[in-house]
Parts: sequence; C-alpha cells; structure tokens
Amino acid sequence: MKTDENNILSTENLTIGYEQKKQQKIIAKGINFAIRKGTLNAVIGKNGIGKSTLLRTLSKVQKPLAGVIFINKKDSKTYQYQELATTISLVLTERLPESQLTVFELIALGRQPYTNWIDSLTKKDLKKIHWAMEQTNLEGLQNNRCSELSDGQMQRVLIARALSQDTEIIILDEPTAHLDMHHTIAIFELLKKLTNSTKKTIIISTHEINLATKMCDELIVLSENIIYTGTTAELIQQNAFENLFASKIVKFDRTLQQYVINSQSF
Amino acid sequence: MKQKTYKKHFILLSVLLIVLFFLNISLGSVSIPFKEIFYTLIGDTSIKDSWQTIVLDFRVPKAITAILVGSGLSICGLLMQTLFKNPLAGPFVLGISSGASLGVALLILGSSIFGGFFLTSSMSNWSLAIAASLGAFLVLFAVIMAANSLRNTMSILIIGLMFGSLTAAVIAILAYFSEAAQIQQYLFWSFGSLGNLSWSELSVFGSIYLVGILACLIIIKPLNSFLLGENYAKSLGIDIKKSRTIILVITSLLTGVITAFSGPIAFIGLAVPHIAKMLFTTSNHKILIPASAIIGGIVLLICDSIAQLPTSEFTLPINAITSLFGAPIVIWLIIRKKKIVV
Repeated sequence: MKTDENNILSTENLTIGYEQKKQQKIIAKGINFAIRKGTLNAVIGKNGIGKSTLLRTLSKVQKPLAGVIFINKKDSKTYQYQELATTISLVLTERLPESQLTVFELIALGRQPYTNWIDSLTKKDLKKIHWAMEQTNLEGLQNNRCSELSDGQMQRVLIARALSQDTEIIILDEPTAHLDMHHTIAIFELLKKLTNSTKKTIIISTHEINLATKMCDELIVLSENIIYTGTTAELIQQNAFENLFASKIVKFDRTLQQYVINSQSF
Repeated sequence: MKQKTYKKHFILLSVLLIVLFFLNISLGSVSIPFKEIFYTLIGDTSIKDSWQTIVLDFRVPKAITAILVGSGLSICGLLMQTLFKNPLAGPFVLGISSGASLGVALLILGSSIFGGFFLTSSMSNWSLAIAASLGAFLVLFAVIMAANSLRNTMSILIIGLMFGSLTAAVIAILAYFSEAAQIQQYLFWSFGSLGNLSWSELSVFGSIYLVGILACLIIIKPLNSFLLGENYAKSLGIDIKKSRTIILVITSLLTGVITAFSGPIAFIGLAVPHIAKMLFTTSNHKILIPASAIIGGIVLLICDSIAQLPTSEFTLPINAITSLFGAPIVIWLIIRKKKIVV
C-alpha cells in the first residue's frame, strides 16, 4: 500500500493509546491505511473509539504505542518539530485561551514556522495570510477580535490559520462540533473545495456520518474490532456501517446510503 | 493592509517616563532647585557639594533602580500570565520571592537563633542580596527540576504556590524564636526599598537585568504561539519544554535579582501587564513586552515619588504604596473595560 506514488500519509500496524506509569492503555491497534494526496478523508466511529487519539497520533501531538506512520514516505519519527510544522497543520477541538488576538493576528500565527526569530511578517507571509482569508471568506472580519466571533466564524478562522501555515496536510478534529446544520455543511463544502483547488490533503474526524459518506473521498471507519477504509461504495460492500453502533436506535439504510433513525424505537 | 501601529503610544509613554524620571530626581526630603539638578546631571561641578552627592549618589541610582525594578517585574508578570494562561499569575507565583525571603529571614532571624555565626550588627546590602539570591536560586532550581518532570504547566503553578506556603511557615517559625529587633529588621526588608543601592551594586543589578531583557527577545515567538495553547504551539514547530524552561529561567533571574536588591515588591508584576494589555489592546508580545516595561517603570517612579512624601522627612514603604495606589487604579480599569484577559 505504501509504495503507491500518490500516498502522502500511511500507517503500518499502528497502535494508538496512552502510556501511564509504564502501563499502556491501548485504544486501537493494527491500524493500517493509506491516504492519497489531494483527498478529503474522514475518520468516523462512535464516541470514545479513538478518533481524536488517532488524529493526535498522526499529527505527533502524542506518541504511537507501536507501529510506524509514514508522511511522504518518511517515518514520522524522523521529523523535527520545525519540519513537521511545514508539513502538517492542525485545527483542534480545544478552546483557545482567552486573548485579545484579532482575526488577522491569529491567522498570522500560522506563519510562525516561516518567520524570522522576532516573528516579522514578510511580503510573502502577508500574501499567504490574505490568500487564506480569501479562501475562507474572512476579508471583512480581519480586524475583529476572535473573542467576539460566532462558533462558525471562529472555525473558519482556525481553518484559515491552518491554510496560512501552508502545509500539504491539514488535520481537523471535529471541525463541525458546535455548528448548526447550515454551518456544518458550509464547512464540509469549504474543505471539499480546498482539496480540489489547492491539492491539499485534508483529514477530519466527524460525527456527521451522513455528510461524510456523501462528501468525503475516503473514510476511515473505526469500530470495536476492525478498521475499515475505503470509499463509501466500497465500505457499503464491506458492511462496514452495520457494525458501527451496537444499539438499534440508528441503523444504516443501504438504499438511501445513510443512517436513519430506527422508527421502531419510538 | 492597515496593521495597527503603536508608535504614538510608545512615544507618549517614553516621554512620560523621562519626565517622571526627572520629577522623581527633583523630589526628596532636601529640596534642591530643578535648575541645579539639571546642571549637576550634565556634569557641572560648581554646584554645592552636598547637593551633588544627594543627586548623583542617591537620587539618580534610586530612580534608575525604580525603572529597572518596575520594568523587570512587569515583564516577568507578563511572561507568567502567558505561560500559565492565567490573568492572576505574577512574577512571584514561582515562589521566588518566598525563596528570597527565606534567605533573608535565615540571615537576619537565624543569626539570633544560631548564634554569632552570622554578623548581626553590620548587615550590609551585599549580604542581604547574596542571601536573597541564594534563597531565590534554590527555589528556582527546585521549580525547574519539578517542571522538567511535569507535562502539565498548571502543576508548576501549584508547586510554586506550595513553595510559597512552605517558606512562609519556616519564616514564621524563625520569627517565633527571634528577638523583636531582628523581626523588625526583617520586616523592614520585606517592605521593599528602592534606595540604598550604590553605583557598584547598581551595576551588578543592571548587568543581570540586561541579560534577562535580551533573553526576552528570543522568546517573543514562542510566547505568541502560546496564545493558541500548547498543542497548537507544538504544531507550529515550537519546542514547548525548551521555551518553557527559558521563560522560567528569565523570570527567576529577573525576579531573583530584583528581590535581592529591593525586597519583595508586590503588585507591580501582576497589575502592569493588565494596564499594558488594556492600553494597547493587543496580545502580541512584540508590543506587550516593551509596553509592560515602560509602563512598569512609569508606575514605580510614580509610586516612589509618592512614597517620599515630598517636602517631608519620612519615606513610606514602597511595597505599601504600590498596592495602595495601584489596586484602585486596576479595579477602576477592570470595571470600565468590564473584562480582563490573559
């Protein structure tokens, strides 16, 4: 799998989890997948199955317990902080500490891996920042304080920050977590547009499975025992969606190709 | 692109700092005409000798000390507030002033308990400074050791506070067994004092201060990335542990040397960064570090001018003045702005 020319990120027998006092708490193991360049990928699965842990491990926020991650065919262990910062950018779920940062200033922080020791912005930096704001429709908001933005606007600002970091891969942990239906779809459309127009590779985790199956190029489905990867059509053939939730409250409808509420439970 | 510039703010504040510097020098228990002070400063030796001594050997070093102490503590407060993402953090949260206090307490109070091992009668500035530095350094060492084995930055805050309680307890026990005269002497040290520094002491103070300030330049970038939280900072290529250690060392060095020479001066380090953030309405440390430094200098010069009680013989403890006049100002600022941020 990893010999494929188009693969930008792949894993080999990856085990993810936490290390506490020499004891390993394994969350998922034997994870093998490959992600192609310029695609939109979603990691789905129920709460607590390890979506965030997987994304955090891929982005080296936390260490893998075993196995290897290849980024551009190179073992991610060999990446220095600085090198990784120009390859992968993040949008996390954690709330930002309160500050007086403006939209422009926050997006400009994405240029840190490229700026000099005192953090001055060059013409090229400014160009990238403006490009990022253009892509995310934030031009009118650049002097607003981030603390005054709505959740939807804030999410766009964080995506713009990741864009200004100018990396091949962008990883977003639940980018639509606090958003209403309209803004959720808008974010998915934005991400889809970005993979098409910029050839960036985007990996998200999400609970919006019905949207993900429609809009993402490939899915990584985490379930109790098996990890499925592939396009929506491939996954339906593998019966990947049937095993996702143990309960009968929601079920996957093969003809509609989406999850529906099981009416019998009412 | 219209990015905000703060030139006007900086020019105004710098002018204010210079004006206050001269005002501070011209005030004191002995009234010297402003003109004479000016001539003394530019090197005219035809002025009355006693006036020259007062201005050159007492008032100028004191005013310089006020600026160094005020700016140093303010910068440290800013660093701690950003590092701990806590608007209540100040330069002393690491327990450094407690360490310095313990050193001084052992020197002053311990001498009566442990006998004539220390010289009690002639407690020079140097011995106080060295005792304070040793105490501060000891606590700094313990905190940095603890920080290296801790992932969580908040734990460092708690450990610093614990060191504070610990040293306070030791000091209380020492005080319990000490004589009134010693306790008074220790109490006077804890009031803080900007005077009493000779030029040679000031030069040592100034050089260590300069090292700390220059080191601040290299942490502007990590500090700005910390505004997004540690995980984002890491993803931007910042080495969190290294940056954190540098920030801790700078803060310890500056607060350590300041406490050693001028006693534990309260309030400035906590309040001035907030005044700077409100005046400049930015979180960018490239602006906030110099802004805090200048405002810190201004505030302490004002406090010192008040403490001297112009035209009177008395000098009030600087530590009381900083809080007495500073606290209401900050309360007013917060109520007016309705919000306080890191």
